[in-house]
Amino acid sequence: MNNNRKKSMFINFIKRFCKNKLAVAGFIVLVLISLLVIILPPFLTYSESEIDPLAFSSPPSSTHLLGGDDVGRDVFSRLVYGGRVSLFVGLLSTFISVLIGIPLGIIAAFYRGIFESIIMRLSDVFLSFPSIILILFLVSIFGPSIITVTVVIGVLGWPLFARLIFGTVLSIREKDYIEGAVAIGETVRSIIFKYILPNAIAPILIQITFRIAAAIVLESSLSFLGMGVQPPAASWGNMLYNAQSITILTDKPWMWLPPGIALLVTILSINFVGNGLRDALDPKTKIS
Amino acid sequence: MKRYISRRILVSIPTFFGITILVFLVSSLASGSPLELLLSNQNISEAEIKRQSIKLGLDQPLYIQYFKWMGNMLTGNLGESYRTMQPVMDMIINGLGATFLLAITAVILACLISLPFGIQSARYQNKAWDNISSVFSFFATSTPSFFLGLVFLYFFSVKLKILPIGGMNDIGQENNVLSLLKHLIMPAIILSFQMVGTLIQFIRSSMLEVMKEDYVRTARAKGLKERVVIIKHVLRNSLIPVVTYLGMEIPLLLGGAVVTEQVFSWPGLGLLMIKSIAARDYPVVLGITVLVAVAVLVFNIITDLIYGLLDPRIRYD
Repeated sequence: MNNNRKKSMFINFIKRFCKNKLAVAGFIVLVLISLLVIILPPFLTYSESEIDPLAFSSPPSSTHLLGGDDVGRDVFSRLVYGGRVSLFVGLLSTFISVLIGIPLGIIAAFYRGIFESIIMRLSDVFLSFPSIILILFLVSIFGPSIITVTVVIGVLGWPLFARLIFGTVLSIREKDYIEGAVAIGETVRSIIFKYILPNAIAPILIQITFRIAAAIVLESSLSFLGMGVQPPAASWGNMLYNAQSITILTDKPWMWLPPGIALLVTILSINFVGNGLRDALDPKTKIS
Repeated sequence: MKRYISRRILVSIPTFFGITILVFLVSSLASGSPLELLLSNQNISEAEIKRQSIKLGLDQPLYIQYFKWMGNMLTGNLGESYRTMQPVMDMIINGLGATFLLAITAVILACLISLPFGIQSARYQNKAWDNISSVFSFFATSTPSFFLGLVFLYFFSVKLKILPIGGMNDIGQENNVLSLLKHLIMPAIILSFQMVGTLIQFIRSSMLEVMKEDYVRTARAKGLKERVVIIKHVLRNSLIPVVTYLGMEIPLLLGGAVVTEQVFSWPGLGLLMIKSIAARDYPVVLGITVLVAVAVLVFNIITDLIYGLLDPRIRYD
């Protein structure tokens, strides 16, 4: 493919994506949130774990924008640091899923036979098992921490990508151009990189977007249950953990509303972007 | 049909053993086994530790331990809880009832909420109804259930004081159905929300697909009322993929139930799991994990069968 055509395809994709206003809005919000959580921390007066004895359960004020939590930490700082954790876990664990899932899916589809039965059967079992139970089980063995949570969520996400690429490879492996490539003696490696992956990039990209959202929800649910990111480290999920106490839920909404809303807005934005990508990348949907 | 069922069950058996072997191996890596708790006590002699490990069977090779555990499990003995000293099986059965009630109510609610939304948005594609229900389903899929649960608690229990804050019954009213329903309604709605978003989109696209079929045009051409066409011809046929989706989703609900049960202190399997993990009560954690695996396998088979009953085009041979 020459450069000009690539360029025009890209411009076409941008145009299609921009037609979907919700997707664009979601994208802008995501960029803003990412910038905030990356740039802001060095400028904050309080770190995520710093305790200000005067701020103990204090409502929002000029020194503590969103008030203090139940041990006197600054809620706004924790919100920013927690956002870092959520995005980090979401991105890294999805990266792990892709790294495991894509090769396994390609192996299953390319070599068929025993590889296919084992890999696909395994992915069935993984997909139908409620992942939070599996994650809880694993976390109970390996102990809760950001690393465990990221790795476990990442490892458990592989079947999504394996299945996706499996389907794509099966549908194009019988095509004439693959047969042609085999006939002129191209290696399996070059066939995979030159013909198969470019064909699969669109659906994988869409799946990645949705998986990041799902991974963030998983992480925050675990942290909410007290089995994920452990205080003093902040995570949107573990900031909501305290709201399980009825006094905090009733009288101190500044402790739990901000992380909840931040989480909701982030997930909603990612899903809007994913939806926009799906519309823009799928040539079958017509955008008027 | 019989042959199909037996083959399906036969295929599930190696999967079941695969899962149990994996779960057993991973759990043998666990720190904080009862033996280690003993080891941390300085006053205990070498001989006592040896005696205990023989008593618990921990001196034997791993595969022997697995076979013993497996054998016990197949006879319904999951061991004793380290925390409460009760048989694990009894504790699980206690929790299972509560979780089952919650999950079934959630599935029914999810269908009741999403059917009208899905049907209307397919009938009036790209009109107001369609847009409303698509925004609604977006919110339903994107809201983390624990946050929504807390918001519900805040409004209905704290502010309006019309629903109880948690648990399954009021004290002393264990047989009061009305009180049970009051406790059930919020967690069930929250749990159903997890499915509602996807379900609406599923029903919508499945109906749009069916509406293009020739037999629907025939039904309209015959002069049938729109109601009859939609209910008898379109809906019935478009429910097939919906049933498959539900069948796959029900075991996954057990996962969502963990979070919901924690928010509303609903005394089900999820709450038991969280408590047991916090107390390092491994027999219970192991028992629940294996039980969920069995539930998943059983539901997969049931879904396959219902699929066949609904769609006569599928033949089992």
